[in-house]
Order: sequence, then C-alpha cells, then structure tokens
Amino acid sequence: MTTLHAGTAPAELLRPVEAERAFRDPFEPSKRSRATAWVALFALLAAFPIVFSNPAVTSIGVFTMMFLVAAIGWNIFSGYSGYVSIGHAVYYGFGQYAVALLIEHWHVTPGASELAIIPLGGIVAAAVAVPVGLILLRVRKHTFIVLTIAAMFIFQLLAFNFAGFTGGSAGTNVVSPPWTGTVFNLPFYYIGLGAAILALLVSWGIRRSKYGLGLLAIRDDEDRAKGLGIRVTRAKLIAYVASAFFVGIAGGLYATFVGAVYPQFAFDPTYDLAIAVMVFVGGLGTLPGPVLGALVLAPIQQYFYIQFGASTLYLIIYGILFIVILLTLPAGVVPSISDRYRSWMASRQRRREEATPTVGGAMPVTVPAGPVGIDDGGAR
Amino acid sequence: MLVFEGLFAGYGGGDILKGVDLVIEEGSVTCVVGPNGAGKSTLMKVVSGLLHPRVGKLEFQGQSIAKATPRQILKAGIVQIMQARNLFTELTVRENVELGAFLIKDSSVVAKRLDEVCDMFPIVAQRAKDRAGALSGGQQRMVEFARALMMDPVLVALDEPSMGLEPRSAQIIYDSIATMNKNGRTVLLVEQNVRAGLSLASHGVVMEAGRVRLEGTGAEVLANPQMRALYLGGTIEEGQGVASSTGVGAGAPAFGNGS
Repeated sequence: MTTLHAGTAPAELLRPVEAERAFRDPFEPSKRSRATAWVALFALLAAFPIVFSNPAVTSIGVFTMMFLVAAIGWNIFSGYSGYVSIGHAVYYGFGQYAVALLIEHWHVTPGASELAIIPLGGIVAAAVAVPVGLILLRVRKHTFIVLTIAAMFIFQLLAFNFAGFTGGSAGTNVVSPPWTGTVFNLPFYYIGLGAAILALLVSWGIRRSKYGLGLLAIRDDEDRAKGLGIRVTRAKLIAYVASAFFVGIAGGLYATFVGAVYPQFAFDPTYDLAIAVMVFVGGLGTLPGPVLGALVLAPIQQYFYIQFGASTLYLIIYGILFIVILLTLPAGVVPSISDRYRSWMASRQRRREEATPTVGGAMPVTVPAGPVGIDDGGAR
Repeated sequence: MLVFEGLFAGYGGGDILKGVDLVIEEGSVTCVVGPNGAGKSTLMKVVSGLLHPRVGKLEFQGQSIAKATPRQILKAGIVQIMQARNLFTELTVRENVELGAFLIKDSSVVAKRLDEVCDMFPIVAQRAKDRAGALSGGQQRMVEFARALMMDPVLVALDEPSMGLEPRSAQIIYDSIATMNKNGRTVLLVEQNVRAGLSLASHGVVMEAGRVRLEGTGAEVLANPQMRALYLGGTIEEGQGVASSTGVGAGAPAFGNGS
C-alpha cells in the first residue's frame, strides 16, 4: 500500500524539479537554432529575385524591402519605448526629398552614383529627427501620438507650399538609372536587403544592451525608470533618431526607385498606418516581429494596390485588419502564438508527469525556498 | 547622516511638511509612524528627490541634497523602495534587478552584485526569467529589495514595505530589513504597522500634521501613551509632546475626541 499521495510528497522530492524549471525555459529555442533561422531567412531573401526574376515580382520585392527597413527601424523606437509614432512619414518624406533634391542639385549621373546618395536620405532624416524629437518627446504617450500626426501634416503642407524648392504639387523627379530588363530592380532590392540587415543588427544590439533595457523600462513605467536614474528623454531621443534614420533610408530608396517625389506620397498619412499594422501583426517590441509583419503584409499590400489600381480599397482592408488584431491579439501575432505554444507544451508536459507514477501523482506543492524566500503560490 | 532642518514642502496646494526637524543617525533603523496625512510619504518623496523642499535644510553626509535630482541622490547612496507595487511588470525578474544597477558602468561589478543579491534573495535566481508581474505580492517585494541593493546603498528608504502582505510575508520583509541594517546600511522606514515597525527600529519618530511630534528609541515611543492617543484620533498638545521620550507617563493623555 502506497503512502505517497497528493499533498504529502516530501518537499525534498520536489525541490530539484522546481530549481530546474526556474533556471532555463525549456521551450525557448536555443541561441544556435535562432541564429540558424535568421541566416536561413536572409539567404532565402537574397536568393528570391534570382529565382523569381520576373520584374513584376521583383518590383513587389523592392517595395517589400522598403517596408522591411522601415518596420524594423520604426520598432526600434515605438516598439521598445512604447511611444507609438504615427508620424514617421515625416522621415520617409525627408528621405525622399533629400535624395531627390541632392541628385538634382549635384547633377548626379543616373546609375550607381545615384544609389550612393541613398544613405544621405537616412542622415538628413536623422538630423531632422533631433529637433523634432526634442519637441514631440516633451509629452507622454497618448498626447505624443496626436503630436506626431500633427507634425506629419505640417511637413506635408510645407512640401506643398515651398514649391520653389520642392516642386510643390508638381513633385520632383529623379532620372532613373539606364538599366533595363530583369536586372533593373536588383540593385534596389539588394540595397534594401542590406539596409534591413543593418537595421536588424542595430535593433538586436539595442535589445541586448543596458540602454535597450532602459527603453523597455520606460515602456513599462516611465516614472519608475526615472527613479532608477535612467535619463528618459535622452534614451527616447536616441531611439527616435535611430528609427528616423532607417525610415529615411526607405524614403531614399523609394525616390530613386520610383523616380518621382510628391508631397502627398512622401508625407503620407497612411504610411504609418501600414508600418504600424506590420509591426503590430508581427509583434510590437520584438526582434522578429517587424520582419515577419513586413514580409507577410507588404507583398499583400502591393498585390492589392496593383489589383485594385489606385483605389484605396486596400486601406480599408488594412484598417479593419488593424482593429481586429488590436482587439484579439494586442501583443501581436508572434508573441501571442509563442505564449500559446508555451502553455500548450507546459500542459502537455504536466499531463505526461501526471501519467508517470514515480512522484506519486504529486500536485504542485509550494516549497519554502532558501534563507529569505517567499513562495505563496506563484502567480497572483 | 541625513539631516532635516525646518523643512517645508508640498505639492502646490499648500505645505504638507510644516517644519520638519529630524536627524537620522548612521547605522540606525529610524521608523517614522503617524496617522494618515501626517506627511510621511511626502517626507519620503523629498528624500528621493521626487519633490524638492520649498524652504529648509536637507543634508546627506554633510552635503545639501535639497535641490538634487533622483539620479544624483541615487548616486549619493540613497535608494528608495516605494509604496505598493513597484516592479516593471512586463519585464523579467532578472531584468528588473539589473535595472537597479543602471547607473553602474562596470559590468563586472553588476555581475558580482547580482550574485550577492541572488544569495540573499533566492527568488531572484529561481524566477529569473519569469515576468515580474506573475509573482505574488510578497515575492515582488523581495525582488524590489534585491533591486534596491544593486546600488549598494548607504541609506535605504522604505515606504510602507509591509503594505498588502499577510503576516508571514511581512515578517520576512522585516527580517530582511534587519539583515540590511546588520550589513551596515542605515534604514529609514515609514510604517503603518506601528508595533512591528517600532520594535524593529533603534529610533522611533511620530509625525503628525507635517511635523515631528515625538522622538525616542523604538521601545520608548511604542510605550508612550500619547502615541496611543494619536492613533485613536487625538492630537498631541503643543509643549507637552514635542519633547522626546521623557513625555512617557506625563499625566493623562488627550483622549478627548477619541472614537
């Protein structure tokens, strides 16, 4: 007759199980498998335009790369700090105008040297982000969102009205490189991919650093973060400028690829909606979130755009998608799924443990731990 | 070590602290008690730099900290554990504790301190990767203590550390405070649980209406009948109480408007 049953299992029996569970999350992919996944993903992306060389397809690829760079960049600020910006089109616009106007004023010869100007789009955008950020970041989260939208419209109006400089509503043109056929899209595609990898490395570096931890603390509770000695305004501004840089690069890429810059498409109010949807779908504030969101949604968006012409039907679908996601999976698709996967794995393991009679079918018993430990039942 | 002199402070709607005179000795556990609205939490805000005194002197180790920012005060060696839940609930336990050492540049020092606090508070290592918000109230308090010790503070200021905890968890909190003090840290404690707070304290302080009304050793203040009067809704009459513990047994206390 067994004497062990639920509730009477000696504490010593349970202690090692608890300690093991605590130190390592068994359902977390190892560092190596994660690195392998990233390398495989980018190898696939690099091979994509060679395998699918149809210009109609690679053109969608180029736009996808633009969104990929911008989404990763946007997430560095809005994802990590929790300050959602709906006005990063300001930097998309500055990237476009900076590159288009510099090419025009410097009489850059069409071709590869035009592409060399693209990084300047990012630098100009970052330079603009310093004073604009200093002003906008004086307010807290919800007011900040409103101010970012206002700033975007201010710059759009300026672009319309400084017609002598920007060309106003007639726009500014960039002479396209003289390449033709299936190779035309490739340089743009690979510049976009390279910028995306750079953005991802910056995002990864920030996420792992103490500075990045400070940003996450700000997202959680800004006053507490301040109380721990974090210089909150400076931390937010650095992330804001970094994200503006990458969105500016995306703008520069757009200007050289499309060859025309107009105020309403440069400072486009729907641009941030598109970026925000991508990041929210993928997972706000996570490293793979914006990558996944952009790679899935940007091609769909381009496809809709081509199918339904210049109609804004795709924007309606986008808006509905955004609302559905915020209501059902507010943390984003990736974090929600990984949470569900974890709890599913955990419950499966628990069931397996219950099936094995070695611990006498023990229920989880709380174990007082160590010299000053409280264990009153785990979760609240 | 920490000196308040004629200190006035408030939030714009008038002063809450109305002339606080108090000296916190190095190595002591000073427990401040008093009815609601006495200015205890305001006093703690002033100590942490979240609120600057309007007039009066506030010195720490001979330096004025009246105008110092929270960051400067933290660097000077004062760490505060604030009222109620204080962790970043979306971050992991380990990240929370690491944030306590945000101002320390040397990562080897941070790693060493992390080991030390893990020894003191095993919960930090056990639940390192869990979301801090998933811990119980008592466990969260332990993690807060661990985070506070990451700066290796000279003075630890605690605002009602036992609030919302059942007696067993509260006792562990009090034990941790005693341990901190034994390790050479000065403790400034605000506590609603008067008996527990004062029995722990080497120095007891009673505040009422923005001023210090009674002072003495913890046991003396606890035994003072005027203290009981205060908690039953009375006030300490001027000239009778402001003195120190010598007021023990000084005639009939003012029980007048008691419950």
